[in-house]
Amino acid sequence: MSSGEPAEADPLDRLRDSDVTLIVGGLAALYLAYVLVGIVAGLSPRGIFATITQLTLLITIYAMLTLALNLHWGYTGLFNIGIVGFMAVGGYTFLMVTMPVAEPAARSAGGLGLPFVVGLVGAVVAAALLGFVVGLPSLRLRADYLAITTIAMSEIVRYFYQSNAFQEVELGGILLGTGGGSGLVGGYTTPFDTYVYDAGWFEGVVEFVDTTFQISGTLGPNIETLFDALVLVVVVVGFYWLLKRTGESPFGRVLKAIREDEDVAGALGKDTGRFKMKSFMLGCALMGLAGALYVFFQLGNTVNPTVFRPRLTFFVWVALILGGAGSNTGSVLGAALFVGVLFRGPLYLKNAIENLVEFPDAPDTVAGGLSGFLSLDPVPFIAFLFDNMGSLRIILLGVVLIVLMKRRPQGLLGHRTETAAAVPLVPVETATPSSVAGSDGAEATDGGRVDTGQVDNEGVDGGGEGS
Amino acid sequence: MTTADPTVEDSEDEPTLKLEVETAELSAVPLRVEDLEKRFGGITAVDGASFEVERGTITGLIGPNGAGKSTTFNCITGFHRPDAGSVYFDDEDVTGRAPHELARAGLVRTFQIARELGEMTVMENMMLAPKNQSGETLWRSVLPGTRDGVRDQETVNLERTWRTLEFFELDHLWNEQAGNLSGGQRKLLEMARVLMTDPKVVLLDEPLAGVNPSLEARLLEHLHELADRGYTFLLVEHDMDVIMEHCEHVIVMHQGKVLAEGEPAAIRDNEEVIDAYLGEDV
Repeated sequence: MSSGEPAEADPLDRLRDSDVTLIVGGLAALYLAYVLVGIVAGLSPRGIFATITQLTLLITIYAMLTLALNLHWGYTGLFNIGIVGFMAVGGYTFLMVTMPVAEPAARSAGGLGLPFVVGLVGAVVAAALLGFVVGLPSLRLRADYLAITTIAMSEIVRYFYQSNAFQEVELGGILLGTGGGSGLVGGYTTPFDTYVYDAGWFEGVVEFVDTTFQISGTLGPNIETLFDALVLVVVVVGFYWLLKRTGESPFGRVLKAIREDEDVAGALGKDTGRFKMKSFMLGCALMGLAGALYVFFQLGNTVNPTVFRPRLTFFVWVALILGGAGSNTGSVLGAALFVGVLFRGPLYLKNAIENLVEFPDAPDTVAGGLSGFLSLDPVPFIAFLFDNMGSLRIILLGVVLIVLMKRRPQGLLGHRTETAAAVPLVPVETATPSSVAGSDGAEATDGGRVDTGQVDNEGVDGGGEGS
Repeated sequence: MTTADPTVEDSEDEPTLKLEVETAELSAVPLRVEDLEKRFGGITAVDGASFEVERGTITGLIGPNGAGKSTTFNCITGFHRPDAGSVYFDDEDVTGRAPHELARAGLVRTFQIARELGEMTVMENMMLAPKNQSGETLWRSVLPGTRDGVRDQETVNLERTWRTLEFFELDHLWNEQAGNLSGGQRKLLEMARVLMTDPKVVLLDEPLAGVNPSLEARLLEHLHELADRGYTFLLVEHDMDVIMEHCEHVIVMHQGKVLAEGEPAAIRDNEEVIDAYLGEDV
C-alpha cells in the first residue's frame, strides 16, 4: 500500500482513456484506411503489405524522435531545432564504430570493427556529448538562443560530414573517415543477417508464408522489413517507458516547472541549470540512438550527408505539434499521423488513384497545366498536380499546420495532463484544516474529534474514495 | 500515515506547518544587509542600504514606489548581483549566490506578481517545493529498484501538501491548473508553496494583495505563530494597518536608502517618513 494507488475506476472507462488504447486505436484506424484504399484501388496485396511495413518502420523512427523532442520542448521548454544534427552524429558514429577495419591497401576508409551493440552505445554517447557541448554555453540563455545554436550546430555537423577534410583520417594506424560527400556504406554482415535474415528459421517462416498465401515470387524482403519494424516497435516501447517514468517523477516535475517559469524553480531551490542539462543530454542521446537505427534499418546500413537536411528536424516538430507537446502518448500518435497521413499518405493516394485512372502525360510546367483550362480541359492540370504530389504534400503540411494553430494550438492530446509525480496526486483523506491555525483551542480540539470520526468512516468505505 | 515525517510530533492534530526552526546554534540576526548598492544604467535603485532582520520577527519593509524594495529583495535572494555591499545569512556572507543555493539554505522569497506555474496543477505546484527529494535524481526515478523509495517519499510529501492546501483553503482547487486561479488564490498558492521548502527566512513581496479579509487575518495569525517558532519574515506591504499592527520592526526605504527604522509607533510619528511616504493623515 506504500504506493498509494487510488481505487480502480470502472475498468471500461480506464481502457477507453488509456494511452495504449489511444495509440493502438489510432494506428489501427490508419492501417485500416490504407488497406481499404488499397483494396478499392485494386492494389496487389503484396503492394499493400509492403507499404504498411515500410510505413510502420518510418512511424517508429519518427515516434522515437518525437518522444525525445517532447522531453526537450514538451517537458523542459528547450527549443531544440537541431534534431537532425544529433541524429547525424548518432548515425555516423554507429557506422564508424561497426564498419570493419580498412585493409592496409584499401583506398577508402573503414571503421573500428566493433560489435553492433557497441555501435549503438557509441551513437548514444556521441550524441549526448554533443548535447553537452552545445548545451554548455546555450542552455544558460533563453529559449530562442538555444534554437539558433542548435540549428547552426546541425548544419555544422552536416557540413563536417560532407567536407573532404575528414573523408579519411589515420588514427592510431586505423584508417577512419566520414566518407565525405559520398558517405559511408556498411556492407558488412550484421548480426541481423547472421541470426535472422539468413538463418534457417527465418527462411522457414518466409516459406511458410509464401506457401500459405500462395504468393507468386516471395514475400521474403517484405517479411524482413516487417521484422525490422517489429524490432523498432519494441524500441519505441522502451523509449515510451523511459520517458513516461522520467516525466512521472519529481525529476519530471522540476522539468515542467522550468518550462513554466525557470525563476520560480530556482527560487524553490532547484538547480535549474543542471536539470536542463540532464534533460537536454538525455533527449540528445535518444535522438542519436534514433539516428543510428534510422541509418541501419531505414537506409540499409549506409549513410550520406544529404539525408540530414534541416527539413527532417521540422518534420519531427510537425509531428510533435500535431500530437500535442507535453504528452508522450500524443507524441507517438503525432508521429503516426504525420507519417501516415501527411508524409506518406498523399503519395500512397496518388499511387492508388493512378492505379484506377489512366492519366495522360503530365505537362512539365504550371503554365502547361493551366493551359488546359483555355479549352476548358482540367485534365492536364490534374495530371500536373499528381505528378508533383511530392512537393504538394509540403503545401498540404503547411495548410494543416496553419489550421491547427488557429483551431487547436495545443495539438491532439496537448490538453491531457500527464501528471508529474511518482504517485497519483489525489486528495489525502485524513488531515484537519481547522487544526492548523491552532490558536483557537476549542475549535482545534473540536475539529480533531470530528475528523477522527471521518477517518474511521473513510476507513470503512475503503478505497472507494480514490476516484 | 504521518509518522514518516519526523518533524511532525503528534500525528493526530499536529499541523504540518508547525515545524520548529532549530534556534540553538543560529545567530539572532539571520539576515543582515550592509551597504547594498544596485545600479541599472544611470539609475541607482539601491543606494547603500543597510539593515538587520532579527530572528523570529515579522519585519516590515515599506516605502514609496521606486524606493528600491523589490530590487533589495532581488539582491538578497540572488536574482540580482549587487554592485556593492554584502548580504549575510546566518552570519555567512552569501552575496551573489545563486537563488537555488540560498533557497536550499533556507532563504526564500515570493514574488510581487504571483508567479504560479500555470500549466501545472495546484498539487504539482506544491509537490515541487519540498527539499531533498530523492526522485529529482533521474536514475532514481527511472530504475525499478529505486523508484519504490521515490514513491514512498512522494506519499509523505503528498500528505503534507494536502494539509497545507487545506490550511490555505486551496484544497478544493487541488486538481485545477494553477493558471486558472484568481489573483488572490495565486498569491496564496505561492505562499503555501514557499512554506513547503522548510525555510528559515521568508521574504514576502506584497503577499496579501488580493487576499480576502478573513483569510488575510488567518494568514497573519499564522505568520505570527510561525515567527514565534523561530521563522523570520521580511514583508513588503503597502497596507499600513497590516504593517502597524503586525510588524515588530519596520524599515522605511526611500530613493534606495534606508530612511528610518524602528518600532511601528516610532515610524508613524517620524517626520521624514511622513513627508516621504505616509502623508499627513496617518
